[in-house]
Amino acid sequence: MTSRVQPIQCIGCPVGCGGEVVLDGDRVVEMRGFTCEKGEAYAAEEVVAPKRMVTTTVRVHGGALHFLPVVSDGPVPKEAIFDCVRLLRGIEVTAPIETGRVIVADALGLGVDFKAARAIAVASDGLRPA
Amino acid sequence: MRDATYDVVTIGGGPAGMAAALAARQAGADRVLIIERDRELGGILQQCIHNGFGLRKFKEELTGPGYADRYIEMVGAAGIDVWLDSTVLAAEAGGRITCVGPTTGLATVEAKAVVHSMGCRERTRGAIRIPGSRPAGVFTAGAAQRMVNMEGYLPGRDVVIIGSGDIGLIMARRMTLEGARVRAVFEIMPYSNGLTRNIVQCLEDFGIPLYLSHCVVAVHGHDRVTGVTVAEVDADLHVKPGTEFDLPCDCVLLSVGLIPENELGRAIGVSTDRITSGAVVDQFRQTSKPGFFAAGNVLHVHDLVDLVSNEAEIAGRSAALFAKGVFGEATHERAVIAGEGLRQVVPQRLSTLEKGKNAIRFFFRSKAPMGPSIIALKTEDGIVWDRKLRVVKPSEMIVADIPVNRFAKASHIEFVLTLDEHPEPLEGAVEEEDA
Ligand code: SF4
Repeated sequence: MTSRVQPIQCIGCPVGCGGEVVLDGDRVVEMRGFTCEKGEAYAAEEVVAPKRMVTTTVRVHGGALHFLPVVSDGPVPKEAIFDCVRLLRGIEVTAPIETGRVIVADALGLGVDFKAARAIAVASDGLRPA
Repeated sequence: MRDATYDVVTIGGGPAGMAAALAARQAGADRVLIIERDRELGGILQQCIHNGFGLRKFKEELTGPGYADRYIEMVGAAGIDVWLDSTVLAAEAGGRITCVGPTTGLATVEAKAVVHSMGCRERTRGAIRIPGSRPAGVFTAGAAQRMVNMEGYLPGRDVVIIGSGDIGLIMARRMTLEGARVRAVFEIMPYSNGLTRNIVQCLEDFGIPLYLSHCVVAVHGHDRVTGVTVAEVDADLHVKPGTEFDLPCDCVLLSVGLIPENELGRAIGVSTDRITSGAVVDQFRQTSKPGFFAAGNVLHVHDLVDLVSNEAEIAGRSAALFAKGVFGEATHERAVIAGEGLRQVVPQRLSTLEKGKNAIRFFFRSKAPMGPSIIALKTEDGIVWDRKLRVVKPSEMIVADIPVNRFAKASHIEFVLTLDEHPEPLEGAVEEEDA
């Protein structure tokens, strides 16, 4: 059996567990060092298809702020991060905006939505919708 | 001129001020006010658009504005007064607060108890004495973060980052995503000052090199920065001659540490901790001035907002109880010592223990990175409590809830951090080898 050991630094939470994944080809046969299920799931995915959450901003018209922070509702394949940010750079929205509104649905066909991370009121109403 | 009377006033409406105000309401304070100098509540969270906040507090991963949003809603629902755009000029002993703002004008508030929750600010170029000229294009990482994420400006296209604090790492990724080239991050210490997860997802993911034991010895450029000269340092942080090299850039970001913004505390003469630069407090987060409490980054710089909220809840509750007269001035009767291996501990004092309280939470930072370690509590009776830690870094705060019965009567209270001679194997490791 030709197995290899890949060290993985978990980024699942700020605890930052360092662990190892033992692989036989593309198959995970053993994991150690991750202290929770989330970490194990992350490590198993990281060795074959790494993914990351993506956050950026989009332009707002008529709002008390000019930029709205948006966040993916799930992790995006690493190689698609720049394409997602490029897509969002071209997006413009109009205030008012409520937290959680879908700004781009199924971005690039990845099955991931980008949502408003906060609320933004129209310019005359102060910073938040009444 | 507006005049008002409140039970509890928090100065600063970031995560600490909001959590303290909420906890004060929950503990029975009727009139609670948050005074915030910015245009909205949330503090620094509003510009931290990345995710990773709230895992402990809300059991889900939120962005900074998302975390702030949750608290702003709770504050709105709790019947707490909020003054925005208001800067506190003075908060005098006895609880008289003077503030000024475009809508309030000059106003005074009488507070029965005050929570200092002013947060922290970034160390600047002046604080680390970088030689060279003084061109445009040199920013603190947090200032750049505000420009990019809230104002929509890119402070440069060709970037060098000095210091490996978390904001610098986060901005390395953010600037890269916005189309800038980030050439490298230089850290003078032999270890990184950011969270490990940020080294991975902000630098390694984008192939941005991190140079440890390197410092900037010159900034070049007349009107605009054109480059920096960097050199390696030895164990005593002295530049190694002959190791200098030049790097062109049009933007330098500094992420070289944070300092509590504790001017209001110092102005009334609260005792401060030389190491944290924040107030000396007891387990209730009361300072040496009666009725003045402190929490969050103005007390000591945290790395997780969840822990800021948590600490502020202690301060807010205590402030409410003080306002009601349930307890009084801090007695600060026992000192808590950060001994071997530890740089700091909060709280630094213990006042008379509260009945019915089973554990007290302590926050520590180590002096240096260490492998598997043991943190222990020493009293005159010897070691009365300890815990194994798998890895220790100065950038990652150690938090421990320690049962009160271990030190209830002790007169000497000292924490120590030592190497673990018998570390446990990685969890999940195979113990026996199969054939
Ligand atoms: S394994 Fe679990 S606890 Fe450890 S860093 Fe990953 S998510 Fe956090």
